[in-house]
Amino acid sequence: MEKTKSNINRRSFLKASALLGGGLMIQFSALAKFDLPAKSVDGINAFPWNEINGYIKITSDNVIKIINPNPEFGQNVMTSLPMIVAEELDVDWKKVIVEMGPHDSVKLGAQFTGGSNSMRMYWRPLREAGATARQMLMEAAAQTWAVPVEEVTAKAGVLGHEKSGKTASYGDLAAKASSLPVPKGVKLKDVKSFNVVRNSQKNVEGAKIVSGKPLFGLDYKHEGMLIAMIQHPPAFGMTFKSFDGSQALKMPGIKSVFSLKLYEDGFEQGGFDTRTFNDVLVVVGKTTWEVMNARKKLIVEWVPAGDVKDTMAGRGGKREVVVPGELENTADQHAKMVEYANKPAQVLRKDGDPETAFKNAAQIIERTFNAPFLAHNCMEPMNFFAHVTDEKALLVGPLQAPGWTEPTLVKVLKLPADKIEIQMTRMGGGFGRRAYGHYLVEAALISKKVNAPVKLIYSREDDTTYGIYRPMYTATYRAALDANKNLIAFHVKGGGIPEHAIHPNRFPAGAVDNYLAEGWQIPSNITIGAFRAPRSNFNAAAEQSFLDELAEAMGKDPIDFRLELLKRAKDTPVGKNNEYDADRYAGVLKLVKEKSGWNGPEHKKFSRGVAAYFCHSSYAAHVVDMTTKDGQPYVERVFSAIDCGIVINPDAATNMVQGAVVDGIGNAMYGGLTHKNGVVEESNFHKYRLIRMHEAPKKVEVHFIKNDIDPTGLGEPPFPPVFGAVANALYKASGRRFYQQPFSSPQPSAIPAV
Amino acid sequence: MIKLNINKKIYNLDADPEMPLLWVLRDVVGLIGTKYGCGVAQCGACVVHLDGEAVRSCVTKLSRAEGKKVITIEGLSENHTHPLQQAWLELDVSQCGYCQAGQIMSAAVLLNENKKPSDQDIDDAMAGNICRCGTYLRIREAIHLASEIQGKERS
Repeated sequence: MEKTKSNINRRSFLKASALLGGGLMIQFSALAKFDLPAKSVDGINAFPWNEINGYIKITSDNVIKIINPNPEFGQNVMTSLPMIVAEELDVDWKKVIVEMGPHDSVKLGAQFTGGSNSMRMYWRPLREAGATARQMLMEAAAQTWAVPVEEVTAKAGVLGHEKSGKTASYGDLAAKASSLPVPKGVKLKDVKSFNVVRNSQKNVEGAKIVSGKPLFGLDYKHEGMLIAMIQHPPAFGMTFKSFDGSQALKMPGIKSVFSLKLYEDGFEQGGFDTRTFNDVLVVVGKTTWEVMNARKKLIVEWVPAGDVKDTMAGRGGKREVVVPGELENTADQHAKMVEYANKPAQVLRKDGDPETAFKNAAQIIERTFNAPFLAHNCMEPMNFFAHVTDEKALLVGPLQAPGWTEPTLVKVLKLPADKIEIQMTRMGGGFGRRAYGHYLVEAALISKKVNAPVKLIYSREDDTTYGIYRPMYTATYRAALDANKNLIAFHVKGGGIPEHAIHPNRFPAGAVDNYLAEGWQIPSNITIGAFRAPRSNFNAAAEQSFLDELAEAMGKDPIDFRLELLKRAKDTPVGKNNEYDADRYAGVLKLVKEKSGWNGPEHKKFSRGVAAYFCHSSYAAHVVDMTTKDGQPYVERVFSAIDCGIVINPDAATNMVQGAVVDGIGNAMYGGLTHKNGVVEESNFHKYRLIRMHEAPKKVEVHFIKNDIDPTGLGEPPFPPVFGAVANALYKASGRRFYQQPFSSPQPSAIPAV
Repeated sequence: MIKLNINKKIYNLDADPEMPLLWVLRDVVGLIGTKYGCGVAQCGACVVHLDGEAVRSCVTKLSRAEGKKVITIEGLSENHTHPLQQAWLELDVSQCGYCQAGQIMSAAVLLNENKKPSDQDIDDAMAGNICRCGTYLRIREAIHLASEIQGKERS
């Protein structure tokens, strides 16, 4: 993303072109000559591009550049989204250059990385962009050659007219094409004929990554750039009363020390304006190390903030909310959850007559599942560059949702949107955390205050202790069985701090005659938000463990039991609004059953656990094979079956599923954030345990359902069911159920056996 | 002035000898391939070679590097041709990519000392490098592949 000055200017490039002969070959010989990676080139921005549409630019020398609209945080959209354009444009993928687009919702759409959304959101627009551009190039050829457009062909970047024998490169006609009217309703390719999409293509930034080229927000540099760090209160629920920055200011390299108010009183917060601390202290200086040292010299009097009023806008309209001032402790949070769990809750869905069914049950099974707050722990801590003047603002860095941050910047900076330029760098992880743009707003206000270009950097400790966490959750599941061990009623009542996780219309809703889902929540000052399917990853642990236990109580195989329920949901669904497709759900279970050799005697040496889940429009199932290693439970092998519709880039998709499995094992076994008097107790990786190499499986075998359904998303769906499959394998390994995450923590004792 | 040999180039630096090598590299020299992850030697994103040893540059004072040869990811090879870099690209290991320079630098020392590491050797040597995206399986595979490439290049 860094706009470095290229060592090739247009003149030397053209010279190189002339020397070598013209056309595509030349271009890429020139790139090779200057040792520029062919896929992602900053240096040739100087050349005159013919913009066919927002996603496609072509030079007269036939260099084809595809703009990736959506921020890249490791899900590989920098490669897979441009692949879709290249497919319909019909160009040789090897010769395409890819570039990250700036924030530009007019040309590049909604630009939001999150909710496993990239493919769902861009599949159609990018296909249309590619196909429309191809049509415009064909039209340009038809006009130039004075032949009917129906007789013009366009394949692999070459236009042709068979009868006259005329051919031209896309580049030859790009200028003319870019001036033509944009056709509507252009025909798209048959998905069965794809040759770029559905074929594995390498990460376009792979070479830059392994050679340490600047890619990330922390790598971005700007002339005269200063470094800033904030000092936030040490605990949730605290603020500063007074501070003395004079000692910090005397430290080497320090330019400025001040306090900063993020939002003015009454500021109407949208859903992604979440911020924990509205008032922070700021140290600005020359280098990161100097600023880190100076920050230690701040003398601050911190005090409890008490209850704080916030004004919320967005979904649900404008309203005042009170954020409680309590300095929270994890033990109290647990106690409070038990208290709330026994109170009446909001009914989210009710089918049939669950109360009577439970009253008449021969057997009731009731289990409670708990999970802690989780921190994102993106490897690249939060940071952003800002250069704000009275007239305009430039912001550069790692961000998932520029379209949601821009309106906030407009309000806070009092600048019109067209004077605010946001560029997105590659992100060192995101997982939902970087959808919350408070750190951009902080950077922008700091730059404005010191009147200089500034990079705001969070230390690891800042990043972990100022989080927008996955909430703390609990849920109690109850099942009623009749005398023949048939499931006659199902009840889930879930709560959380500060939100519950219940999806009332998901499986097994729709499969049970008498069904009740309820939710409650406890207000808190601990800020929460997106986290790789935050609610689903808890539900898939709790519900999928519970179903496993239920299957056992009913004397059924856990996969067969789920398939029976899904058959019921398909044949005679109970209620309306069932969110899932029972066939696709059953499909991944059947596939994982087959591929894992589910009941095969050859797998006896493993403790096997299975789970499946639907979220974000896609379906995933895993079989986890557990052994012990160094006396600890170890997931040695995993079989995964996924239905996400058409798989754009198979090897990269496999990589993402493997990563989700590792991430799932890690968070299920070790993840957790606790509080003492509002202070986060796990400030860095020595206390916040993340999964490491020796804890990762030896093998994760990934299988995709083959179908022609438009892509339904992959970033989140494989993650949640890992939790449940691990819990169920732990039961097989140990003979006891695991109800408390992380599973490596002490488990509640004296759970009665089924 | 402190004299440093980084990637076979001599730098005369006017910097605090207490400053961690990580920040010297990133903020003073301008080599940003070495990453900041935790600052407390827990994640391995900042691994560089100091006279051939893997060190965590976030806790290595500049003064300790004086007179020694520092190699960073930028200096590991010309044009990403080190067997590990080839293997990483061949197997398309990276997801977000942020930790990978540190992973490769740790693995490079392993491969120097152990031409044919086992899974166990890799697990032991790489336990100090966190990958939040969970690319561990491919990292393991890539180290094996690099070991093969290295063997072929030397034979």
